Formats: sequence, structure tokens, C-alpha cells
Amino acid sequence: MLLEVKNLSVYYYTLSGVVRGAEGISFSVREGEWITFVGESGSGKSTVAHAVMNLVPSPGRIVSGEVLFNGRNLLKLPGEELRKIRGKEMTMIFQDPMTSLDPLRTVGDQMVEAMTVHGVDEAEAKRKAKELLEGVNLPGDRFNYYPHQLSGGQRQRVSIAIAMAFRPKLLIADEPTTALDVIVQDSIMDILNGMKEEGTSIYFVTHDISLAVERSDRIAVMYAGKLVEVGTVDQIVENPLHPYTKALIEAVPDLWKEGKVRAIPGYPPDLRSPPSGCRFHPRCPYAKAGLCDTEEPDFREVERGHFVACHFPGVWRK
Amino acid sequence: MSEPLLKVENLKKYFPVKRGIIEALRKVPVRYVRAVDGISFEIKRGEVLGLIGESGCGKTTAGRTVLRLIEPTAGRIVFDGTDITALSREELRPFRRRMQIIFQDPYSSLSPRMKIGDAIAHPLLVHGLAEKEEAKEIALKMLRRVGLTPEEEFYDRYPHHLSGGQRQRVVIARAMVLKPEFVVADEAVSMIDVSMRASILELLESFREEYNMSQLFITHDIAVGKLIADRIVVMYLGKIVEIGPTEEVLKNPAHPYTRALIQAVPSIARRKREKKLRITGEVPNAVNIPSGCRFHPRCPLADELCREREPELVEVGHNHFVACHHPLR
Repeated sequence: MLLEVKNLSVYYYTLSGVVRGAEGISFSVREGEWITFVGESGSGKSTVAHAVMNLVPSPGRIVSGEVLFNGRNLLKLPGEELRKIRGKEMTMIFQDPMTSLDPLRTVGDQMVEAMTVHGVDEAEAKRKAKELLEGVNLPGDRFNYYPHQLSGGQRQRVSIAIAMAFRPKLLIADEPTTALDVIVQDSIMDILNGMKEEGTSIYFVTHDISLAVERSDRIAVMYAGKLVEVGTVDQIVENPLHPYTKALIEAVPDLWKEGKVRAIPGYPPDLRSPPSGCRFHPRCPYAKAGLCDTEEPDFREVERGHFVACHFPGVWRK
Repeated sequence: MSEPLLKVENLKKYFPVKRGIIEALRKVPVRYVRAVDGISFEIKRGEVLGLIGESGCGKTTAGRTVLRLIEPTAGRIVFDGTDITALSREELRPFRRRMQIIFQDPYSSLSPRMKIGDAIAHPLLVHGLAEKEEAKEIALKMLRRVGLTPEEEFYDRYPHHLSGGQRQRVVIARAMVLKPEFVVADEAVSMIDVSMRASILELLESFREEYNMSQLFITHDIAVGKLIADRIVVMYLGKIVEIGPTEEVLKNPAHPYTRALIQAVPSIARRKREKKLRITGEVPNAVNIPSGCRFHPRCPLADELCREREPELVEVGHNHFVACHHPLR
């Protein structure tokens, strides 16, 4: 197993209270697979992605759990060891590439630096940088451009090119296409798919479940800081077991779906004081008083590879 | 046939590109971004026209120019029979109440220091439609109407207490409190989680029914357009490339660009897709507009004719127009 996350919890210690951003998260990522984390804003999907890189921003703190990357717990590694892995064996790209690109330096400069810090000599790094730009369908002359001279889609390509410099084992992509137009989004998804075909595992984060279905192998659904369902794309789309997953699928505007789109009533809870029992129960049409509002459901495997945290998985079919 | 509520004729908006001091001294001629370059369309009462396109196609400029939040370079805007293109600020005032805009970003379009209830009551006071007490009553009703209940509690909250979806409800309430006849909704759901979009669209739909309100619904997401629009207009580099009834355009897109847009949209219902019409590259900037058909450098079907002559809009089906030398069948 490439990545194993066990019982991970991340809290944010804010002035207005402790926000339980993610709690008791366990999952694994296999070599060469594409797994997509889906959830609304505040579901904790981005928090978990950052925690896997051991990059939770202040005032957040990883309060418990393990992140095993090739068997080594990243949360226990000394900083120097961690830096050798980050940027080389596992890398991350973000929604806004400008958060990771330096506006005052050329694209090429930054690409070369990303490689020389890991010991590649400069001439070799330059040669490789141009090759990487071509790999993401950017002309080689973009090497001398500054980030502001590029469009949003081109910047995201540059950040992917940098992330791919060492053919990492794992690429974490946190909403990399959310700010982009659909045609550009589609081409970025194709590039990521190419990376996957060359052996990099893709850990993709999005609020749009329709984006997950086409290229992912597995989908993980998060709600209010909890993992609520994990399965293959077929299991999640054809046979969702958590009422939230079902609601999420029905709420997406879809060009090819006949009939109405159904909005999910209510809002996600405030994670300073999440609901008791199952966190989805206040919005769940199938919630049973005396159980769902008091007892938290276990996250368990109900069919091979299909995990769900619900007292009544798939109840609407019965 | 009744008169359309809004009629836009050959509307243009060019922005001058800033010259550097050296260019100015050398008398380099001023260049223009042709953001909107001659578009015409009509919207009937109660009709929703979906304006679709990628960033940089001019859709936002078009929406703002129609409301005269930006002054047009050329063309005519007729609202309910009155040519409003050349009206003075003062003359425009009564029309302002009847035409509203909803912006994309619910974070920046609300004042952080105004209670949301007051924000909704504010337009009533500005237009002198109600006294303070009455405005508050109306604002409370409006909060309830957009689903922010208990309304008394929400009235006193500030925007930072609300989620993105809730803020967008406030923005909608503020626009709707004036009972507008026409609304420009500029990417009104783009910054909201996918799971919340349907409920915001339902809300807009309910106001359309209640007020018989027309909308120009601007979006880059054609799947959202499908849900709300009666007709769809597709823009590319300042021009309309296709316009027609929503279902017809989505089922039988005639412009290669429209088809590419449709095919690029992710879908759960259609996971395994048909062969894609490959288009490459991104929208060029609107200063150096390609010759002939503006889409030809990215179009897989382009030939000599496309490079040389700009296509005109021609009817290819009932009320379905396309500007393409080689429309798809």
C-alpha cells in the first residue's frame, strides 16, 4: 500500500473555539490509482489532503493518527527527512497556482530550483524543465515567462509540471480546476490522467462529484469532518449507500440527466459543535430518532471494498 | 407577438489598452480590447436567456453594458420600448429600480459592516419606496422568502456569520426586494458548492414566476444553463456564435465551439463518453482578434474560407441561429 491513513484527526484552535475539521479518518491509496475526495466546503476534504502532506496551516493541528507513506509515518519524521520526500516522492498542487508560484521569478527559474534543491545539477534541470513544459502541452518558450504573463490554465499546467519533476509516487491535487473554464478543466484532467498512466497515484479533491466519475478509480465522500463512504466509482455512482452520497449525486446539475435536480435541504453544521450521533442526521430524510441522533455509526465494510458510516445503508431501496 | 422587454442591437464595447509613456511619445496608436463586438438579442417578459462562454469571451461586459453599468461604445439598448442607450443618469434612475444585477461573488458584494437585514432594506430607502419601519418589515418578509429563518435572528447577523450559499441568498433578496422586471445574474452560482447550486437556481426560478421576471443568466457552465434558461446564447471573443432554444442547442449544437463546450462538461449520467471533438488552446485575448471566423485557430474543421471570411448568423432550425461556415448536422 502506497499510503495508509489511520484514525487521523485535525482540529483548528481558533479564537471562537475548537473547530473539529477532520475526525477519525482512515483510508488507503494504492499504487497507480486515482482516488477522489468529494465534499462540500467545510467537509474537511482539503484539511485531510494537507494533513497527508503534514502541511496543516496554523491554527490547525494534527491531534491524532498516522500517515504511513511507503510504511513510514510522515507525522513522526524529522523535518529534514520529510523535505526529502515532499516535492520528490509526493507533491501537491492547489486551486490557485499563484499561491505556490513566485510572482517575481520566471517559470523556468522556479522549475530549475525545484529540482536543484533535490540535488539535480543546473544544466540537467534546465533541459528537464523544458521537457516537462512540453509534457503539459506548453510551448518551451514559456520557460522565460513570469507567472502573470500566463493564463490561469497555463499556470496550473506549470504547477503540474513542477510537481511532476521527479515522477512522484503520489500527486495530491486540491481543487486544481475549480477556477478554470470547462474546456481547460477537461485538458488538465487529461494531463493528470496521463500522469496516472505513467504510474503516479492521483489523490484528487473536489466539491463536484461529477468531475470524479470519469477518471477516478475510487471515490471517498466526506461530510462535516467525517469520511462517510468509500468505494469504487461504480459502487458509489450505481449503488450509493449513504443518504448523503445519494443526495449529493442528485443535487448536481447534469447535462445528460433527465428530470429534476434535487437540492439538499439545510446547511452543513458548524464544526465547533457538530451534531451528536451521525453528523448528517439533521439533514437526513431517513434519520431515526433515538439512534441516528445519539449514536455515531461505525465506518464499516458492507461489501468488498465498499465502506460506509450509516445505521441504515441503502435504506431507500428496501 | 408582444414587444420584447429587452432589445439589444449591435452592441459594442471596446476598452482602450493603456499605452506606456514611451509608446505614447512615439505616438503608437491606441489599441482596443474588443470585449463585446456587435451582439444583438432580445429577451421576452418572463424569459430566461442563458449567456454561455469561457472567461474572456465578453459575457460579463455584455451583461454590465446592457444595464449601462458600463457605457456602450456603440449599439442600442431598448428596455420596455424606451431606448435607454443615451439616457442621462437622472433619466436612467426609474429604470435602475426595474433592472437589477446579481454578482458572482457573495463575499465581496455585501458590505461586511452592514447587518444583512439592513442590506436588504437599503435599496427600498435609496429609491424612496418605503420608510424605515416599513422597509424593515419588507426585509424580514424577504429573509423568510429566501429561506433564511428564523428571520428576526438572521436580520441582525453580519455577512461573515453566513456560509457562501446563505450570502448568495442575501444578495438575491436584496435584488428582489425592488421587484425588478429584469435581472442580470452574472455567474450567480459559480462560487457556490455544486450541492447548493440547485437550491439557489430554484430560488431564482420562484422569483421569475412570482414577478414574471426576465433574466440574462450569465454562466460558463452549460449544465447550469440547461437548468434555468429557455434559450441559450453562446459567445466567443465578443461575438455570438450560436443562439437558440435550450433543448435544441444542447441536443443539436451547430457550432463546433458549442459542441466542444458541451462535451467538456463532466457528467455522472454519461460517464463513458462518445468521441470528443478535440479543440485545443485557450481563448486568445481580444486585442489581436483572428481574421475570418474568430474561432478558426482552435477549430478542427477550419479551412481557407474560415480564415478569410467572418461567418454571419444564419438560421439552421426553428429560432436556432449559428455563425459558422461549416455548421454541424
